[in-house]
Amino acid sequence: MSETILRLEDVTRIHGTGEAQVTALAGVSLEVAAGELVAVMGPSGSGKSTLLNLAGGLDAPTTGTVVIEGQALGQLGKDGLARLRRRRVGFVFQDFNLIPSLTAAENVALPLELDGQRVGKARRRAVDALNTVGVGELADRYPDKMSGGQQQRVAIARALVGDRRLVLADEPTGALDSHTGEGVLRVLRERCDAGAAGLLVTHEARHAAWADRVVFLRDGVVVDSTGGDVAESLLEPTA
Amino acid sequence: MSVKQGLLALLATRPMYGAQLRAEFEARTGGTWPLNVGQVYTTLGRLERDGLVEGIGADEEGRISYRLTDTGRREVAAWWTSPVDRETTPRDELVIKLALAVTVDGVDVPTVVQTQRTATMRHLRDLTRLKQQAMNASDDATPEAANPGVKRDDQGRIDLAWLLVLENLIFAGEAEVRWLDHVESTLVREAVRGPGARRTPAAYENDTDRTTEGARS
Ligand SMILES: Nc1ncnc2c1ncn2[C@@H]1O[C@H](COP(=O)(O)OP(=O)(O)OP(=O)(O)O)[C@@H](O)[C@H]1O
Ligand SMILES: [Mg+2]
Repeated sequence: MSETILRLEDVTRIHGTGEAQVTALAGVSLEVAAGELVAVMGPSGSGKSTLLNLAGGLDAPTTGTVVIEGQALGQLGKDGLARLRRRRVGFVFQDFNLIPSLTAAENVALPLELDGQRVGKARRRAVDALNTVGVGELADRYPDKMSGGQQQRVAIARALVGDRRLVLADEPTGALDSHTGEGVLRVLRERCDAGAAGLLVTHEARHAAWADRVVFLRDGVVVDSTGGDVAESLLEPTA
Repeated sequence: MSVKQGLLALLATRPMYGAQLRAEFEARTGGTWPLNVGQVYTTLGRLERDGLVEGIGADEEGRISYRLTDTGRREVAAWWTSPVDRETTPRDELVIKLALAVTVDGVDVPTVVQTQRTATMRHLRDLTRLKQQAMNASDDATPEAANPGVKRDDQGRIDLAWLLVLENLIFAGEAEVRWLDHVESTLVREAVRGPGARRTPAAYENDTDRTTEGARS
Protein backbone atom coordinates (compact mmCIF):
# COMPACT_ATOMS: atom_id res chain seq x y z
CA MET A 1 0.00 0.00 0.00
CA SER A 2 1.35 3.41 -0.98
CA GLU A 3 1.75 6.33 1.32
CA THR A 4 -1.40 8.38 1.91
CA ILE A 5 -0.91 11.95 0.71
CA LEU A 6 -4.37 13.37 1.35
CA ARG A 7 -6.86 12.33 4.00
CA LEU A 8 -10.26 13.82 4.74
CA GLU A 9 -11.86 12.55 7.91
CA ASP A 10 -15.59 13.03 8.32
CA VAL A 11 -15.44 16.50 6.82
CA THR A 12 -18.50 18.78 6.92
CA ARG A 13 -18.73 22.31 5.56
CA ILE A 14 -21.71 24.48 6.41
CA HIS A 15 -22.04 27.95 4.92
CA GLY A 16 -24.04 30.67 6.67
CA THR A 17 -26.18 30.35 9.77
CA GLY A 18 -29.81 29.89 10.77
CA GLU A 19 -32.36 29.99 7.95
CA ALA A 20 -29.77 30.69 5.27
CA GLN A 21 -27.62 27.73 6.27
CA VAL A 22 -26.32 25.56 3.44
CA THR A 23 -24.61 22.23 4.02
CA ALA A 24 -22.19 22.06 1.14
CA LEU A 25 -20.47 18.91 2.33
CA ALA A 26 -21.73 16.44 4.94
CA GLY A 27 -19.46 13.90 6.60
CA VAL A 28 -17.15 13.10 3.70
CA SER A 29 -14.16 10.83 4.26
CA LEU A 30 -11.64 10.20 1.53
CA GLU A 31 -8.03 9.12 1.09
CA VAL A 32 -5.77 9.63 -1.88
CA ALA A 33 -2.48 7.74 -1.96
CA ALA A 34 0.74 8.54 -3.79
CA GLY A 35 0.42 7.40 -7.38
CA GLU A 36 -3.34 7.66 -7.36
CA LEU A 37 -5.63 9.90 -9.36
CA VAL A 38 -9.17 10.19 -8.00
CA ALA A 39 -11.99 11.86 -9.91
CA VAL A 40 -14.95 13.60 -8.28
CA MET A 41 -18.21 13.71 -10.20
CA GLY A 42 -21.68 14.91 -9.33
CA PRO A 43 -24.39 17.36 -10.32
CA SER A 44 -23.93 21.11 -10.07
CA GLY A 45 -24.06 22.20 -6.44
CA SER A 46 -23.24 18.76 -5.07
CA GLY A 47 -20.11 20.06 -3.30
CA LYS A 48 -17.26 19.17 -5.67
CA SER A 49 -15.46 22.52 -5.55
CA THR A 50 -16.06 22.73 -1.82
CA LEU A 51 -14.36 19.36 -1.42
CA LEU A 52 -11.40 20.43 -3.53
CA ASN A 53 -10.96 23.75 -1.72
CA LEU A 54 -11.02 22.00 1.64
CA ALA A 55 -8.52 19.43 0.40
CA GLY A 56 -6.11 22.19 -0.55
CA GLY A 57 -6.58 24.32 2.55
CA LEU A 58 -8.21 27.19 0.65
CA ASP A 59 -11.23 26.73 2.88
CA ALA A 60 -11.60 25.24 6.36
CA PRO A 61 -14.15 22.57 7.37
CA THR A 62 -16.89 23.32 9.88
CA THR A 63 -16.14 19.94 11.48
CA GLY A 64 -13.74 17.15 10.59
CA THR A 65 -10.07 17.03 9.69
CA VAL A 66 -7.99 17.48 6.55
CA VAL A 67 -4.51 15.93 6.59
CA ILE A 68 -1.85 16.49 3.91
CA GLU A 69 1.27 14.33 4.08
CA GLY A 70 0.66 13.65 7.75
CA GLN A 71 0.08 17.30 8.65
CA ALA A 72 -3.39 18.22 9.98
CA LEU A 73 -4.25 21.57 8.38
CA GLY A 74 -6.30 22.69 11.39
CA GLN A 75 -3.18 22.67 13.55
CA LEU A 76 -1.28 25.04 11.29
CA GLY A 77 -1.30 28.80 11.72
CA LYS A 78 -1.99 31.12 8.82
CA ASP A 79 1.65 31.30 7.73
CA GLY A 80 2.22 27.59 8.14
CA LEU A 81 -0.82 26.85 6.03
CA ALA A 82 0.27 29.28 3.32
CA ARG A 83 3.73 27.69 3.24
CA LEU A 84 2.33 24.17 3.01
CA ARG A 85 0.03 25.22 0.20
CA ARG A 86 2.87 26.84 -1.69
CA ARG A 87 5.24 23.91 -1.31
CA ARG A 88 3.02 20.87 -1.26
CA VAL A 89 -0.17 21.58 -3.14
CA GLY A 90 -0.67 22.43 -6.79
CA PHE A 91 -3.98 23.89 -7.93
CA VAL A 92 -5.37 23.96 -11.44
CA PHE A 93 -8.49 26.07 -11.82
CA GLN A 94 -10.96 26.13 -14.66
CA ASP A 95 -10.10 29.72 -15.58
CA PHE A 96 -6.31 29.08 -15.46
CA ASN A 97 -5.63 32.04 -13.14
CA LEU A 98 -2.40 33.07 -14.87
CA ILE A 99 -1.06 36.53 -14.10
CA PRO A 100 -1.33 38.53 -17.35
CA SER A 101 1.71 40.74 -16.74
CA LEU A 102 4.05 37.78 -16.27
CA THR A 103 5.42 35.43 -18.94
CA ALA A 104 4.72 31.71 -18.82
CA ALA A 105 8.04 31.01 -17.09
CA GLU A 106 7.53 33.85 -14.60
CA ASN A 107 4.04 32.58 -13.78
CA VAL A 108 5.39 29.12 -13.10
CA ALA A 109 8.42 30.39 -11.16
CA LEU A 110 6.38 32.69 -8.93
CA PRO A 111 5.48 30.18 -6.19
CA LEU A 112 9.15 29.13 -6.01
CA GLU A 113 10.36 32.71 -5.70
CA LEU A 114 7.72 33.47 -3.08
CA ASP A 115 9.18 30.52 -1.28
CA GLY A 116 12.61 32.13 -1.25
CA GLN A 117 14.33 30.39 -4.15
CA ARG A 118 16.81 32.45 -6.17
CA VAL A 119 15.46 33.80 -9.45
CA GLY A 120 17.86 31.88 -11.68
CA LYS A 121 17.14 28.54 -10.07
CA ALA A 122 13.40 29.19 -9.98
CA ARG A 123 13.46 29.96 -13.68
CA ARG A 124 15.34 26.77 -14.51
CA ARG A 125 12.81 24.70 -12.63
CA ALA A 126 9.95 26.59 -14.26
CA VAL A 127 11.30 25.89 -17.73
CA ASP A 128 11.70 22.21 -16.81
CA ALA A 129 8.07 22.10 -15.71
CA LEU A 130 6.96 23.79 -18.94
CA ASN A 131 8.92 21.22 -20.93
CA THR A 132 7.22 18.42 -19.03
CA VAL A 133 3.81 19.58 -20.22
CA GLY A 134 5.08 20.18 -23.74
CA VAL A 135 5.06 23.99 -23.89
CA GLY A 136 8.72 24.73 -23.19
CA GLU A 137 8.93 26.94 -26.25
CA LEU A 138 6.33 29.30 -24.76
CA ALA A 139 8.47 30.16 -21.71
CA ASP A 140 8.82 33.84 -22.60
CA ARG A 141 5.37 34.42 -23.96
CA TYR A 142 2.60 36.31 -22.13
CA PRO A 143 -0.74 34.60 -21.41
CA ASP A 144 -2.74 36.76 -23.82
CA LYS A 145 -0.56 35.50 -26.66
CA MET A 146 -1.42 31.86 -25.97
CA SER A 147 -4.40 29.67 -26.83
CA GLY A 148 -6.65 28.37 -24.07
CA GLY A 149 -5.04 24.94 -24.24
CA GLN A 150 -1.55 26.43 -23.98
CA GLN A 151 -2.56 28.58 -21.01
CA GLN A 152 -4.00 25.52 -19.35
CA ARG A 153 -0.75 23.64 -19.80
CA VAL A 154 1.15 26.54 -18.26
CA ALA A 155 -1.29 26.48 -15.35
CA ILE A 156 -0.59 22.79 -14.95
CA ALA A 157 3.15 23.37 -15.05
CA ARG A 158 2.67 25.90 -12.27
CA ALA A 159 0.73 23.32 -10.27
CA LEU A 160 3.45 20.71 -10.79
CA VAL A 161 6.59 22.77 -10.28
CA GLY A 162 8.71 22.03 -7.22
CA ASP A 163 8.14 19.02 -5.01
CA ARG A 164 4.39 19.12 -4.88
CA ARG A 165 2.91 15.76 -4.27
CA LEU A 166 -0.74 16.77 -4.20
CA VAL A 167 -2.34 18.13 -7.36
CA LEU A 168 -5.91 19.44 -7.20
CA ALA A 169 -7.72 20.25 -10.41
CA ASP A 170 -11.21 21.75 -10.72
CA GLU A 171 -12.62 21.19 -14.21
CA PRO A 172 -9.19 21.69 -15.77
CA THR A 173 -10.47 20.76 -19.21
CA GLY A 174 -13.49 23.05 -19.13
CA ALA A 175 -13.02 25.17 -22.21
CA LEU A 176 -10.73 22.88 -24.18
CA ASP A 177 -11.46 20.78 -27.26
CA SER A 178 -11.37 17.04 -26.76
CA HIS A 179 -7.79 16.48 -27.97
CA THR A 180 -6.34 19.32 -25.92
CA GLY A 181 -8.38 18.29 -22.91
CA GLU A 182 -7.04 14.80 -23.28
CA GLY A 183 -3.48 16.13 -23.37
CA VAL A 184 -4.11 17.81 -20.02
CA LEU A 185 -5.39 14.54 -18.57
CA ARG A 186 -2.39 12.63 -19.85
CA VAL A 187 -0.04 15.07 -18.13
CA LEU A 188 -1.99 14.72 -14.90
CA ARG A 189 -2.02 10.95 -15.23
CA GLU A 190 1.73 10.79 -15.86
CA ARG A 191 2.41 12.98 -12.87
CA CYS A 192 0.40 10.64 -10.67
CA ASP A 193 2.09 7.60 -12.20
CA ALA A 194 5.34 9.28 -11.16
CA GLY A 195 4.22 9.40 -7.53
CA ALA A 196 1.93 12.40 -6.99
CA ALA A 197 -1.60 12.16 -5.61
CA GLY A 198 -4.28 13.81 -7.72
CA LEU A 199 -7.87 14.89 -7.14
CA LEU A 200 -9.77 15.90 -10.25
CA VAL A 201 -13.23 17.45 -10.44
CA THR A 202 -14.90 16.90 -13.78
CA HIS A 203 -18.30 16.66 -15.42
CA GLU A 204 -16.99 14.55 -18.24
CA ALA A 205 -17.04 10.80 -17.97
CA ARG A 206 -14.30 10.41 -20.59
CA HIS A 207 -11.99 12.54 -18.46
CA ALA A 208 -12.93 10.91 -15.18
CA ALA A 209 -12.04 7.63 -16.89
CA TRP A 210 -8.35 8.57 -16.61
CA ALA A 211 -8.63 8.28 -12.85
CA ASP A 212 -8.11 5.14 -10.78
CA ARG A 213 -11.33 5.76 -8.88
CA VAL A 214 -14.38 7.94 -9.21
CA VAL A 215 -16.18 9.38 -6.19
CA PHE A 216 -19.78 10.41 -6.82
CA LEU A 217 -21.16 13.29 -4.78
CA ARG A 218 -24.76 14.25 -4.38
CA ASP A 219 -26.03 16.95 -2.03
CA GLY A 220 -22.71 16.98 -0.20
CA VAL A 221 -22.61 13.24 0.41
CA VAL A 222 -20.54 10.53 -1.25
CA VAL A 223 -23.15 8.26 -2.77
CA ASP A 224 -20.87 5.77 -4.47
CA SER A 225 -17.37 5.17 -5.67
CA THR A 226 -15.78 2.88 -8.18
CA GLY A 227 -13.30 0.83 -6.25
CA GLY A 228 -11.98 -2.47 -7.44
CA ASP A 229 -9.36 -3.17 -9.99
CA VAL A 230 -9.17 -3.21 -13.72
CA ALA A 231 -10.89 -6.09 -15.39
CA GLU A 232 -7.90 -8.30 -16.08
CA SER A 233 -9.53 -9.84 -19.11
CA LEU A 234 -9.42 -6.47 -20.84
CA LEU A 235 -5.75 -5.89 -20.21
CA GLU A 236 -4.57 -9.30 -21.30
CA PRO A 237 -2.60 -9.26 -24.50
CA THR A 238 -4.91 -10.36 -27.26
CA ALA A 239 -2.15 -11.30 -29.68
CA MET B 1 -23.23 -4.94 -38.85
CA SER B 2 -23.44 -8.29 -40.52
CA VAL B 3 -20.57 -10.71 -40.73
CA LYS B 4 -21.34 -10.89 -44.43
CA GLN B 5 -20.37 -7.28 -45.12
CA GLY B 6 -17.23 -7.58 -43.05
CA LEU B 7 -16.01 -10.66 -44.93
CA LEU B 8 -16.76 -9.10 -48.29
CA ALA B 9 -14.81 -5.97 -47.35
CA LEU B 10 -11.82 -8.08 -46.31
CA LEU B 11 -11.94 -10.21 -49.46
CA ALA B 12 -11.74 -7.00 -51.46
CA THR B 13 -8.15 -6.64 -50.21
CA ARG B 14 -7.01 -10.15 -51.29
CA PRO B 15 -8.32 -13.73 -51.57
CA MET B 16 -8.34 -15.56 -48.23
CA TYR B 17 -9.51 -18.80 -46.65
CA GLY B 18 -11.77 -18.99 -43.62
CA ALA B 19 -9.24 -18.97 -40.79
CA GLN B 20 -7.36 -16.07 -42.38
CA LEU B 21 -10.58 -14.09 -42.68
CA ARG B 22 -11.36 -14.66 -39.06
CA ALA B 23 -7.89 -13.59 -37.92
CA GLU B 24 -7.94 -10.46 -40.09
CA PHE B 25 -11.38 -9.48 -38.90
CA GLU B 26 -10.38 -9.76 -35.27
CA ALA B 27 -7.05 -7.99 -35.70
CA ARG B 28 -8.71 -5.04 -37.38
CA THR B 29 -11.48 -4.66 -34.85
CA GLY B 30 -9.29 -5.23 -31.83
CA GLY B 31 -11.01 -8.49 -30.96
CA THR B 32 -14.11 -6.54 -29.99
CA TRP B 33 -16.37 -8.75 -32.10
CA PRO B 34 -15.07 -12.29 -31.87
CA LEU B 35 -16.15 -14.59 -34.70
CA ASN B 36 -16.00 -18.34 -34.64
CA VAL B 37 -14.68 -20.20 -37.61
CA GLY B 38 -17.97 -22.03 -38.09
CA GLN B 39 -19.73 -18.68 -38.54
CA VAL B 40 -17.16 -17.67 -41.13
CA TYR B 41 -17.58 -20.86 -43.19
CA THR B 42 -21.38 -20.76 -43.02
CA THR B 43 -21.30 -17.18 -44.24
CA LEU B 44 -18.83 -17.98 -47.02
CA GLY B 45 -21.14 -20.80 -48.14
CA ARG B 46 -24.05 -18.40 -48.39
CA LEU B 47 -21.99 -15.78 -50.20
CA GLU B 48 -20.89 -18.39 -52.75
CA ARG B 49 -24.47 -19.57 -53.25
CA ASP B 50 -25.52 -15.96 -53.90
CA GLY B 51 -22.70 -15.45 -56.41
CA LEU B 52 -20.80 -12.82 -54.38
CA VAL B 53 -17.64 -14.90 -53.87
CA GLU B 54 -16.04 -17.88 -55.61
CA GLY B 55 -13.59 -20.54 -54.46
CA ILE B 56 -10.20 -20.51 -56.17
CA GLY B 57 -9.01 -23.98 -55.26
CA ALA B 58 -7.41 -25.51 -52.23
CA ASP B 59 -3.82 -25.25 -50.99
CA GLU B 60 -1.75 -28.30 -50.03
CA GLU B 61 -3.52 -28.44 -46.69
CA GLY B 62 -6.90 -28.44 -48.34
CA ARG B 63 -7.91 -24.89 -47.37
CA ILE B 64 -10.08 -23.23 -49.96
CA SER B 65 -9.42 -19.57 -50.65
CA TYR B 66 -12.21 -17.29 -51.82
CA ARG B 67 -12.22 -14.16 -53.92
CA LEU B 68 -14.89 -11.61 -54.81
CA THR B 69 -16.93 -11.90 -57.99
CA ASP B 70 -17.90 -8.73 -59.86
CA THR B 71 -21.25 -8.81 -58.10
CA GLY B 72 -19.42 -9.10 -54.77
CA ARG B 73 -17.23 -6.15 -55.67
CA ARG B 74 -20.31 -4.03 -56.43
CA GLU B 75 -21.86 -5.10 -53.12
CA VAL B 76 -18.75 -3.91 -51.23
CA ALA B 77 -18.72 -0.57 -53.06
CA ALA B 78 -22.40 -0.07 -52.22
CA TRP B 79 -21.72 -0.85 -48.56
CA TRP B 80 -18.97 1.74 -48.24
CA THR B 81 -21.14 4.44 -49.79
CA SER B 82 -24.38 3.85 -47.89
CA PRO B 83 -25.02 4.82 -44.26
CA VAL B 84 -25.53 2.22 -41.57
CA ASP B 85 -29.23 1.63 -40.93
CA ARG B 86 -29.96 2.78 -37.38
CA GLU B 87 -33.60 1.69 -37.53
CA THR B 88 -32.63 -1.93 -37.21
CA THR B 89 -30.18 -1.42 -34.33
CA PRO B 90 -31.31 -3.72 -31.55
CA ARG B 91 -32.87 -2.08 -28.50
CA ASP B 92 -30.54 -1.54 -25.61
CA GLU B 93 -31.27 -3.59 -22.49
CA LEU B 94 -30.46 -0.65 -20.25
CA VAL B 95 -33.08 1.53 -21.92
CA ILE B 96 -35.69 -1.17 -21.49
CA LYS B 97 -34.64 -1.75 -17.90
CA LEU B 98 -35.02 1.91 -16.95
CA ALA B 99 -38.25 2.33 -18.86
CA LEU B 100 -39.62 -0.55 -16.83
CA ALA B 101 -38.04 0.68 -13.61
CA VAL B 102 -39.89 4.00 -13.71
CA THR B 103 -43.23 2.32 -14.39
CA VAL B 104 -43.05 -0.65 -12.03
CA ASP B 105 -43.86 0.05 -8.37
CA GLY B 106 -41.30 -0.58 -5.69
CA VAL B 107 -38.14 -0.19 -7.80
CA ASP B 108 -35.48 2.11 -6.34
CA VAL B 109 -34.72 3.91 -9.59
CA PRO B 110 -31.92 6.19 -8.28
CA THR B 111 -30.06 3.10 -7.14
CA VAL B 112 -30.56 1.43 -10.51
CA VAL B 113 -29.12 4.56 -12.13
CA GLN B 114 -26.16 4.82 -9.77
CA THR B 115 -25.30 1.14 -9.98
CA GLN B 116 -25.20 1.37 -13.74
CA ARG B 117 -23.20 4.60 -13.72
CA THR B 118 -20.57 3.09 -11.46
CA ALA B 119 -20.29 0.04 -13.69
CA THR B 120 -20.09 2.13 -16.84
CA MET B 121 -17.41 4.37 -15.30
CA ARG B 122 -15.34 1.30 -14.47
CA HIS B 123 -15.71 0.09 -18.01
CA LEU B 124 -14.69 3.53 -19.30
CA ARG B 125 -11.63 3.49 -17.08
CA ASP B 126 -10.57 0.10 -18.40
CA LEU B 127 -11.03 1.28 -21.98
CA THR B 128 -9.04 4.43 -21.21
CA ARG B 129 -6.14 2.38 -19.87
CA LEU B 130 -6.11 0.35 -23.04
CA LYS B 131 -6.14 3.56 -25.02
CA GLN B 132 -3.31 4.98 -22.96
CA GLN B 133 -1.25 1.86 -23.69
CA ALA B 134 -2.00 2.14 -27.36
CA MET B 135 -1.08 5.83 -27.43
CA ASN B 136 2.12 5.31 -25.48
CA ALA B 137 3.03 2.52 -27.87
CA SER B 138 2.58 4.73 -30.90
CA ASP B 139 4.52 7.54 -29.18
CA ASP B 140 7.45 5.22 -28.52
CA ALA B 141 7.08 3.61 -31.93
CA THR B 142 8.79 0.60 -30.41
CA PRO B 143 8.28 -2.84 -31.90
CA GLU B 144 5.49 -4.89 -30.46
CA ALA B 145 7.79 -6.95 -28.31
CA ALA B 146 7.82 -4.07 -25.83
CA ASN B 147 4.05 -3.68 -25.97
CA PRO B 148 2.52 -7.11 -26.29
CA GLY B 149 -1.00 -5.78 -25.75
CA VAL B 150 -0.88 -3.63 -28.86
CA LYS B 151 -1.42 -4.84 -32.34
CA ARG B 152 0.31 -3.24 -35.26
CA ASP B 153 1.17 -3.97 -38.85
CA ASP B 154 4.00 -2.43 -40.82
CA GLN B 155 2.09 0.77 -41.45
CA GLY B 156 0.69 0.98 -37.94
CA ARG B 157 -2.75 0.97 -39.48
CA ILE B 158 -4.07 -1.83 -37.33
CA ASP B 159 -3.00 0.22 -34.34
CA LEU B 160 -5.03 3.09 -35.66
CA ALA B 161 -8.04 0.86 -36.26
CA TRP B 162 -7.75 -0.44 -32.70
CA LEU B 163 -7.56 3.10 -31.30
CA LEU B 164 -10.63 4.14 -33.26
CA VAL B 165 -12.57 1.12 -32.06
CA LEU B 166 -11.61 1.96 -28.48
CA GLU B 167 -12.66 5.56 -28.99
CA ASN B 168 -16.01 4.41 -30.27
CA LEU B 169 -16.57 2.36 -27.14
CA ILE B 170 -15.49 5.32 -25.01
CA PHE B 171 -17.90 7.66 -26.77
CA ALA B 172 -20.69 5.14 -26.27
CA GLY B 173 -19.88 4.81 -22.55
CA GLU B 174 -19.70 8.57 -22.20
CA ALA B 175 -23.10 8.95 -23.86
CA GLU B 176 -24.52 6.36 -21.51
CA VAL B 177 -23.23 8.21 -18.44
CA ARG B 178 -24.63 11.50 -19.74
CA TRP B 179 -27.97 9.89 -20.33
CA LEU B 180 -27.95 8.42 -16.82
CA ASP B 181 -27.17 11.89 -15.41
CA HIS B 182 -30.11 13.18 -17.40
CA VAL B 183 -32.41 10.44 -16.13
CA GLU B 184 -31.38 11.25 -12.58
CA SER B 185 -32.00 14.98 -12.81
CA THR B 186 -35.31 14.36 -14.60
CA LEU B 187 -36.40 12.12 -11.73
CA VAL B 188 -35.44 14.78 -9.19
CA ARG B 189 -37.47 17.35 -11.08
CA GLU B 190 -40.47 15.04 -11.35
CA ALA B 191 -40.34 14.31 -7.64
CA VAL B 192 -40.42 18.03 -6.85
CA ARG B 193 -43.24 18.68 -9.26
CA GLY B 194 -45.30 15.90 -7.77
CA PRO B 195 -47.39 13.17 -9.41
CA GLY B 196 -49.82 14.14 -12.12
CA ALA B 197 -47.94 17.24 -13.23
CA ARG B 198 -46.36 15.27 -16.03
CA ARG B 199 -49.68 14.85 -17.76
CA THR B 200 -50.42 18.55 -18.11
CA PRO B 201 -48.13 20.14 -20.67
CA ALA B 202 -49.25 23.57 -19.47
CA ALA B 203 -47.40 22.92 -16.23
CA TYR B 204 -44.14 23.06 -18.17
CA GLU B 205 -44.95 26.40 -19.72
CA ASN B 206 -45.97 28.09 -16.50
CA ASP B 207 -43.02 26.65 -14.67
CA THR B 208 -41.02 29.45 -13.16
CA ASP B 209 -40.07 27.90 -9.85
CA ARG B 210 -36.87 26.11 -10.77
CA THR B 211 -36.59 24.60 -7.36
CA THR B 212 -34.01 21.94 -8.02
CA GLU B 213 -31.17 22.99 -10.24
CA GLY B 214 -31.65 26.65 -10.89
CA ALA B 215 -31.44 27.70 -7.27
CA ARG B 216 -28.24 25.85 -6.66
CA SER B 217 -26.10 26.56 -9.65
N1 LIG C 1 -19.54 30.84 0.03
C1 LIG C 1 -20.69 30.17 0.01
N2 LIG C 1 -21.75 30.61 0.71
C2 LIG C 1 -22.93 29.94 0.71
N3 LIG C 1 -23.14 28.81 0.03
C3 LIG C 1 -22.12 28.32 -0.69
C4 LIG C 1 -20.84 28.96 -0.76
N4 LIG C 1 -20.03 28.24 -1.54
C5 LIG C 1 -20.76 27.19 -1.97
N5 LIG C 1 -22.01 27.22 -1.47
C6 LIG C 1 -23.07 26.23 -1.68
O1 LIG C 1 -22.56 24.95 -1.41
C7 LIG C 1 -23.07 23.98 -2.33
C8 LIG C 1 -21.92 23.26 -3.01
O2 LIG C 1 -21.22 24.17 -3.86
P1 LIG C 1 -19.99 23.77 -4.76
O3 LIG C 1 -19.42 24.99 -5.36
O4 LIG C 1 -19.08 22.91 -3.98
O5 LIG C 1 -20.70 22.87 -5.88
P2 LIG C 1 -20.07 22.15 -7.16
O6 LIG C 1 -20.38 20.70 -7.02
O7 LIG C 1 -18.65 22.54 -7.34
O8 LIG C 1 -20.95 22.73 -8.34
P3 LIG C 1 -20.55 23.12 -9.86
O9 LIG C 1 -20.56 21.81 -10.63
O10 LIG C 1 -21.69 23.99 -10.29
O11 LIG C 1 -19.23 23.82 -9.86
C9 LIG C 1 -23.98 24.74 -3.27
O12 LIG C 1 -25.30 24.59 -2.80
C10 LIG C 1 -23.51 26.16 -3.13
O13 LIG C 1 -24.56 27.06 -3.39
MG1 LIG D 1 -17.58 23.71 -8.84
